[in-house]
Amino acid sequence: MIRLIKEYLKLEKVEGPLIMVSDVTDVAYGEFVKITVEQDDVRFGKVIKIDGNDVVVQVFEGTTGISTQNIAVQFMGKPLELALSLDMLGRTFNGVGKPIDGGINIASRHKANINGRPINPVARKYPRNFIQTGVSAIDALMTLIRGQKLPIFSGNGMAHNELAVQIVNQANIDDGEFVIIFGAMGVRHDDADYFRKSFETSGVLDHVVMFLNLADDPIVERISTPRTALTAAEYFAFDQHMHVLVIITDMTSYAEALREMSSIRGEIPSRKGYPGYLYSDLSTIYERAGMLENTEGSITLIPILTMPNDDITHPIPDLTGFITEGQIVLSRELNQKQIYPPIAVLPSLSRLMKDGIGEGYTREDHVDLANQLFAAYSHVQDIRSLAQIIGEDDLSDIDRSYLAFGRAFENKFVAQGHHENRSIAETLDIGWEILRILPISELDRLAPEMIDKYYKAGE
Amino acid sequence: MNENRLEGKITLVNGPVVQGSSMGAFKLNEMVTVGNKQLIGEVVILDGDKATIQVYEETEGLYAGEAIVSTGSPLSISLGPGMLGNMFDGIQRPLHKIESISPNFIPEGIGLISLDEQKPWEVNILVTAGQVLHGGEVYATVQETESILHKILLPPHISGTVASVKDSGVYTLHDVIVTLNLDSGGIYELTLMQKWPVRRGRPVAQRIPIYKPLITGQRVIDTFFPVAKGGTVALPGGFGTGKTVTQHQFAKWSDADIIVYIGCGERGNEMTNVLEEFPQLIDPRTNRPLMERTILIANTSNMPVAAREASIYTGITMAEYYRDMGYDVAIMADSTSRWAEALREISGRLEEMPAEEGYPAYLPSRLAQFYERAGCIETLNGDEASVTIIGAVSPAGGDFSEPVTENTKRFVSAFLALDKKLAYARHYPAINYLISYSGYVKLLEDWYKEHVAPDMLDIRGKMVKLLQEEEKLNEIVQLIGEDVLPNDQQLILETARTIKKGFLQQNALHKEDTYVSLTKQYKMLKVLDIFYESALACVKIGIPLSTIRKEEVYQQIVKMKYEVPNSQLYLLDDMMEEIKQSYAKLRDKYVE
Repeated sequence: MIRLIKEYLKLEKVEGPLIMVSDVTDVAYGEFVKITVEQDDVRFGKVIKIDGNDVVVQVFEGTTGISTQNIAVQFMGKPLELALSLDMLGRTFNGVGKPIDGGINIASRHKANINGRPINPVARKYPRNFIQTGVSAIDALMTLIRGQKLPIFSGNGMAHNELAVQIVNQANIDDGEFVIIFGAMGVRHDDADYFRKSFETSGVLDHVVMFLNLADDPIVERISTPRTALTAAEYFAFDQHMHVLVIITDMTSYAEALREMSSIRGEIPSRKGYPGYLYSDLSTIYERAGMLENTEGSITLIPILTMPNDDITHPIPDLTGFITEGQIVLSRELNQKQIYPPIAVLPSLSRLMKDGIGEGYTREDHVDLANQLFAAYSHVQDIRSLAQIIGEDDLSDIDRSYLAFGRAFENKFVAQGHHENRSIAETLDIGWEILRILPISELDRLAPEMIDKYYKAGE
Repeated sequence: MNENRLEGKITLVNGPVVQGSSMGAFKLNEMVTVGNKQLIGEVVILDGDKATIQVYEETEGLYAGEAIVSTGSPLSISLGPGMLGNMFDGIQRPLHKIESISPNFIPEGIGLISLDEQKPWEVNILVTAGQVLHGGEVYATVQETESILHKILLPPHISGTVASVKDSGVYTLHDVIVTLNLDSGGIYELTLMQKWPVRRGRPVAQRIPIYKPLITGQRVIDTFFPVAKGGTVALPGGFGTGKTVTQHQFAKWSDADIIVYIGCGERGNEMTNVLEEFPQLIDPRTNRPLMERTILIANTSNMPVAAREASIYTGITMAEYYRDMGYDVAIMADSTSRWAEALREISGRLEEMPAEEGYPAYLPSRLAQFYERAGCIETLNGDEASVTIIGAVSPAGGDFSEPVTENTKRFVSAFLALDKKLAYARHYPAINYLISYSGYVKLLEDWYKEHVAPDMLDIRGKMVKLLQEEEKLNEIVQLIGEDVLPNDQQLILETARTIKKGFLQQNALHKEDTYVSLTKQYKMLKVLDIFYESALACVKIGIPLSTIRKEEVYQQIVKMKYEVPNSQLYLLDDMMEEIKQSYAKLRDKYVE
């Protein structure tokens, strides 16, 4: 059916990033809209509400300069689509997929709706392949699995960008073809530059597609940025059968943009003013990671978010944690102790690691060792608070050995250089080395044969 | 099939909420198809000529002016053979079937599909012509899976005399196998299936008081906070505390006949994991794959939110249907918070007045309606059966004072609180033994006395008390250290630690430890009790705790969960003897 594209020249209302057009017929919910302001300024929008003949459109580039009479609105008869092609590699786009690197537009017949569709749970393949990141704390204790969604919960000023770059540089995502998709929502210019430079220095830039919405870019575009990035990721993963690593940062800015939009639309707020659908909305981003049973390729997703006030119970990290398959939490305390990467091991977790480690995947002792390290380090916290009250000298010998273990754990195991790429065997060996600080009677999470083989062997 | 179907027109689209005009003749809660794509929806508000519809699929691409068409019946599901071992979406559409229509991703507008209509079933017909049948009676059976016999029941409100009967043999879902002359006049054709509106509970003859436990093989549950068949359980916990693993343990090992598992707004990979894992797991009671008794309903977090609201009702209706056959059914809803959030989201779009934290004011009544569909009952057919509901709750920020947790607490009798601190210390299952409770302990007392051991609950009480005392002592220890405490108090700390490590912590991934029989649980408890009493006797005559701890047998207690296989429980009896003897010896030596 060919539809005549009509032009509407008058607006009923302009409010924030929204415009309202009346007396409109034949418009679809979610339809893509082209808005020409004073003949040469072309902007794009999306239908977000139809009420009889009144239509509400949200404008991606913002409404500054728009009056109720200086525009021409066209409804394009299709949703916002992204043109997809292998030529995207090495390029930089804005949040709706327009090139911002001075290059030409991507021309392709292959287009996809940026909202994507939910993966059918029966079509999913359960992720089991270990990705070695070379970062001990991650590899041993919150193992990253190919196809997993594992966010970094950080705070302002902590080393999350450095950690993300180290993971990108060191992760053995695939021996052959791999793609890195980088989506930036509301990040500062220098942060975006840092990522670009790091990709350049490590020579992976040809494998990277960047979608940038910086801190001073319009917020409506910010809301579509992760969706555009993941649409590109789905193309490379499930149409081109490559292994894709997606980094999106900062989810906090994203959620704030969503809150701003929600309040402009006059919706009823729930916790801290965020809309009631924040959970469903975040899940339509995070759940796009994964693998398919009958199709090669994978999407591994590492979202980064800064916890407002370092509060893990804030709605953004909280709802994220309920959707993602674990989390890597960074600690202000370790950061101040100059420990890099400042990974807070206890609240961190990888839900998929149980099926992707151990014999046949990493090493037979991995499961027991990880459990023991967690248990022992958790006990260290109790001893530390006790030591603060009664002083270290009054502690028993065993308690003192825990304190020594705690120090070694942080300084030898968690801490490592920005370019130090440890193999999983090295990581596990360091784990055993520091466990030897504790007497054997304290190791209650280890099978006797593991103690014989690994603990005693190094003595 | 529906000649006088009604038609309205779309006037408003706002996310999953659609409004239509010229819909005065539509009924409330009627199922409708929306737009040219024929999306499935349900009428939720009627206002003069206008109607508001909640749509169960993505509404992008709907045009104002497209048709809204009535189906004439409320949101209903098909009940008949073919549910076990299958995975459905929130409105009972089989996900495998959807996958074969559209690979990998879920499309919109697939229409209403449910049970497989082509599949041949070997039907055994049990009635003869002239026989009088009442609602809920069985007129045929189908061996649905090797472990479950599917009894085909007369719909509850129908009774009559059998007019004609086909021979037993192979039939498909819609074949008429029996016709009935209704008492109220007219003829009723019986097939292998019936429809039932999901929002209405299926009737029963009467409720019976709760008296038997749902055995889960999880020590902290069976021994400390038992769950009853026909009971209601809430399982609240922040993220990372192990709600899903605990729900999976319930689904795998509890001694229900049928499991309905609702993945309500949770992760896609978790459902995939169940699909991969359950067919390989063997039910210890039937020696058949667990999948044969399991129905999965998946509305993952990125699937349409309105269907999430419906998924809970779809699940409980399936559970009631199998209950009516005389089975004990357990239903796991993971998570009810997502369901409540779906209510909130839809309520917001309907512009209703919000109550606490944006949730609609009817949240408590909806929760109550859901949990009250659990129960131990007598079916219309005179059998005893039950539905047990285990609802996970995901409190925002792990804070149990939020509305969903608070309101759920009012309607459930067992509360298994998952604790972040325990989870961080990798104490799994991270069920907090101090704030959890079970209202079923008293009701199940007789059952435990008769089937396990007369003193089981007494020892349980003693252990609970020890754990509480430890908590109090810990406050002192944090100030002055443990060594300063008197010996008998140090023993309490030591014993509590042993209870935690050796009994409460249970390894879901360990072959011997993932499921533990009640007898083994009792014997392990007894070992702990004997240790405490023997050690206490030592302490009283002044033997220091460090000496007590050095005894060889003490080291074995923590490891008994791994080292004593479920098949060799006599080893625990040996251990009890050994503890008694070695501490008696220690006392003798010390007295000398």
